Amino acid sequence: MQHGSLWQWLDERVGLAEMEKLAKQKEVPVHRHTIWYYFGGMTLFLFLVQVTTGMLLLFYYRPSAEEAYESIQFLMTEVQFGWLIRSIHAWAANLMIFTLFVHLFSVLFLKAYRPPRELTWYTGVVLLGVALAFGFTGYLLPWNTLAYFATRVGTEIVAVLPVVGPFLLRLLRGGQEVTGATLTRFFAIHVAILPMLTVLCLALHLFLVQKHGMSVPRGVEQRGGTTRAMPFVPHFLLRDLIGWLSAVAMLAVLAAFFPAELGQKADPFAPAPAGIKPEWYFMFMFQTLKYLPSHILGIEGDVVGILGFGAAGLFLLLIPFLDRRAARGQSSPLFTLIGIAMVVYMLLLTYLGYTVSPTK
Amino acid sequence: MTEVREPEGTRRRLLNWFLSTSAGLFLVAVLYPVSRYLMPPQVEESTARTVRLAVTPGEVKPNSGQIFKFGSRPGLLIRTPSGELRAFAATCTHLACIVQYRSDLGHIWCACHNGHFDLNGKNLTGPPPRPLERYVVKVQQDRIVVSMDA
Repeated sequence: MQHGSLWQWLDERVGLAEMEKLAKQKEVPVHRHTIWYYFGGMTLFLFLVQVTTGMLLLFYYRPSAEEAYESIQFLMTEVQFGWLIRSIHAWAANLMIFTLFVHLFSVLFLKAYRPPRELTWYTGVVLLGVALAFGFTGYLLPWNTLAYFATRVGTEIVAVLPVVGPFLLRLLRGGQEVTGATLTRFFAIHVAILPMLTVLCLALHLFLVQKHGMSVPRGVEQRGGTTRAMPFVPHFLLRDLIGWLSAVAMLAVLAAFFPAELGQKADPFAPAPAGIKPEWYFMFMFQTLKYLPSHILGIEGDVVGILGFGAAGLFLLLIPFLDRRAARGQSSPLFTLIGIAMVVYMLLLTYLGYTVSPTK
Repeated sequence: MTEVREPEGTRRRLLNWFLSTSAGLFLVAVLYPVSRYLMPPQVEESTARTVRLAVTPGEVKPNSGQIFKFGSRPGLLIRTPSGELRAFAATCTHLACIVQYRSDLGHIWCACHNGHFDLNGKNLTGPPPRPLERYVVKVQQDRIVVSMDA
């Protein structure tokens, strides 16, 4: 290809030719499961939407108990397109968690965590944790009633942990109770700590994806592997782009027809309102805590529940290590079943969380 | 050959030891203040063991309840259907939501995880593991005075 003098000037200084070579080499296998390859990129795109809209929100948001609610009220009612930026931030967050879960479970069911991709899985699970922490900390920032009680409950959960619980509670809340100090802390975590963690994990995650290439499912490999592949640039990238443009269109529609609500300002001396609920992606855990009796085998029910979810998270992280059959290149129906059980449990409890009357 | 390398190996080990311990101590010197910084300072807990409420006994109707401030914590004042005034800590013993009096049920309820408490603060059904802390209510010169158990 013929290049101009600017290209050549840059090439001598940063090595554009090598990058071009790398980009041309990258290929994506084509088979009946190729569709799942798009969800990682979609999650990344939605994360970039979050970074952009998040930076814009910082121009008006004020992180204190006295001003947070009012600053968002001002943003939503007075600032031109303020409602749009905040609604896109809220909706893209939800879509991002959704595509992240789709990405996670597609990787789980296709056993793409097989060697040598264990580290890619670990960094991915850490990124899931970071994304959930983003959701949890961001939820409090408008300082409304829903957020206030969700944070009271959510932070109280860490206090349940043996030994380190009370210490962690103080560290998270910035005191014994959920106050303006908690808001300031969550703000710092949301806009500084978590973005930094994301960049580090994401860099490693993407580097590993480049290094190992796309994983081809075992079933496809057994049938003689893939015969076809498409170049990443431009074939796959252009298809990605269609997905991303569709996501932007969807975000615009959602933001316009279902703008993010603000609700009532938080009041630390008011009872929790009926029908209090967390974000949908925490709903299955929230609903489980409702069903647990006060004591299980002499241990407080919530302790059992929370330790159980902790163990489930650890199990999810360690799947590449535990699934020895997949590591040997054999089929591992047990882990497929466990994956299905997880999805069914999460869907069922989420459904119950939205349909069962809050007093039942 | 090994005899020649030996002193150099020792010297290198010593230097590496100095280098790694200095690096370790440097990290400690950075991380200790940072970790202390992140822990919020102990703020004086409200030592009030007694509060006089703004409401008069006449304003609290039978079969109703309201939240009051007990220092920095919320309390729940109720008047039972039989007319007795009672007060509890309003923080649910399950996961610290703030409870409320449900006049339709005639007892105390937590909206977060559907916990129910009777008029003595005892946990009836749902996830709460313990009863609500109960306060002593007295009426002095037509004012409600709530105090912790002595």
